[in-house]
Amino acid sequence: MGDRPRRRRRPFGLVLGGAVVGLWGAVAIAAPLLAPHGPDEQHLEAAFQPPSSRHLFGTDDLGREVLVRVLYGGRYTLALAFSVVIVAGVVGMFAGALSGYFGGWVDEAAMRTTELVMAFPAIILAMAIVVALGPGLVNAGLAMVLVWWPPYARLARGEVLAVRSLEYVEAATAIGHTRWGIFRRAILPSIVPGMVILATIDLGAAIVTGAGLSFLGLGVTPPTPEWGAMVSAGRELLAQWWVATFPGLAIFLTVIALNFAGDGIRDALDPRVRVRV
Amino acid sequence: MGRYLVRRVLVALPTLVGITGVTFLVSHLLPSDLVLTSLGDRATQSPALVAAFRHRWGLDQPMMIQYLIYFGNLLHGDLGTSIATNRPVLTELALSLPATVELATVSLLAALGAGIALGVLAAGTRNAAVDAVARGLSAIGVAIPTFWFGILLVSTVYFRLGWAPPPGRLTVGLTAPEPVTGMFLVDALLRGRPDLFADALRHMVLPAIVLATVGVGFVTRITRASMLEVIAQDYVRTARAKGLARWSVVSRHALRNALIPVITIGGTLYAQLMSGTVLTETIFSWPGMGRYAFSSAASLDFPAVMGVALVVGVIYVIVNLWVDMLYVLVNPRVRYQ
Repeated sequence: MGDRPRRRRRPFGLVLGGAVVGLWGAVAIAAPLLAPHGPDEQHLEAAFQPPSSRHLFGTDDLGREVLVRVLYGGRYTLALAFSVVIVAGVVGMFAGALSGYFGGWVDEAAMRTTELVMAFPAIILAMAIVVALGPGLVNAGLAMVLVWWPPYARLARGEVLAVRSLEYVEAATAIGHTRWGIFRRAILPSIVPGMVILATIDLGAAIVTGAGLSFLGLGVTPPTPEWGAMVSAGRELLAQWWVATFPGLAIFLTVIALNFAGDGIRDALDPRVRVRV
Repeated sequence: MGRYLVRRVLVALPTLVGITGVTFLVSHLLPSDLVLTSLGDRATQSPALVAAFRHRWGLDQPMMIQYLIYFGNLLHGDLGTSIATNRPVLTELALSLPATVELATVSLLAALGAGIALGVLAAGTRNAAVDAVARGLSAIGVAIPTFWFGILLVSTVYFRLGWAPPPGRLTVGLTAPEPVTGMFLVDALLRGRPDLFADALRHMVLPAIVLATVGVGFVTRITRASMLEVIAQDYVRTARAKGLARWSVVSRHALRNALIPVITIGGTLYAQLMSGTVLTETIFSWPGMGRYAFSSAASLDFPAVMGVALVVGVIYVIVNLWVDMLYVLVNPRVRYQ
């Protein structure tokens, strides 16, 4: 193509979004150092204090500091979303890549399975699974992985089909590499960028879904300071708006930052996306 | 066209059967104790009670047989009996589905209206400020957690400002219009009760805003992109060259073609709204299918959960069919064999 290489838009979104996400990650890890006390410390005499210079985000029904709980909350919300996306991404990548590479009935079975899971109302299936397993961070993660992997599998399969017949794969066959060796060294590396792009775009949705499960009482349970569970705890407290507002704001800011970062990473990594201004 | 429709429905059947299979497996293979959940600690001490319960719900049969029985009943239009309420699942769904359909439809219309207007404005004016507002709104709409947004609206618009009624479908004390469709807006009009119509509509504003906000972002993005593409085409330039005013070209010539991709996203959105209302319905005490699904799942009421999953699956199939039919109306070049 005779296209002149376009000047890329400066990746403001990537930088800003990445910085916010990185900040949240650092806060989550360093929460015990930043916070003056633990997230469960109660001061019943100071319950329902509105935001002030003493209690920046106010206090909840048990006099716990909302700011401290929001700082700690990122640990659970972010850990859940990241692990779900990583596990589902890896599982989906291998399932899709293998089914695309080997083809035949394996491929057929795998693709019908993805269609089935995707036709299913995800949150209802996840709900049923969590209820059956019992609520908890790990079980919620497991339920989400079960409904989360199909898009990765389908993307991986598509990319493998596109790569499989390329000359360099043919060359690898010609010089006598085994099928597994070709899969590992020629096929797998070529599909990883696509997986990373999908995963970064997907993280925001994983955070919202995970927090939503906790909101329904199916994920992290009280008194653990998970953001979704905290919003749920503040749900009935209409006069004490700060109890629900700040943890929700944390979710919102993280997701919006992740979306900007995800778009930026796609623009940077995916050569097929032409940035139009 | 008729044959095409029949084929599409036949192709969808295996997926629907698969959905019942998956729900069945999930509810029967996972290590949950239905007996304990339904009867409580005390009753599980009595073997006779447990045996009677297991027999009543067919749990003493091999799993394959249980599924075949369920499936056989399904073919007769029997979705089973809810374990939690002892009423037919079909009856319960008939009560909750209209509430969800009503809310989802109003939300979809709001999202399409606002999204198309914003998208056209952003593409048509090529004004940086309008574009930035449209982009900002869509970024927010995609990122905002619905459950949090819903709570914020309830606590500010209802509680603090008093501009909206409290959660629920009607003001407490009012009786719902005599059911025809189960959708209060439609029924109120059919029964000639404008007062009930107004009340139901006021109760719908906040939940509809929450649900529509998620969609507005998508619709705006798609409309804007598609509009920019169409505006660049020759026939639009010709129309301009004939001397037509800019906005009449945009609204009469360009918009029609630009709307085709919007129909697709609208269909997807509608189907998502039907199944994705669990959180919104919980917050706004909306007695729809989402709340029903949640309470059924929470009590391990598997016939009810399977019923909801099946209905949602059927809705997906129907909405996708509608979308394909709409294509024919909008774009005469599309023909189905």
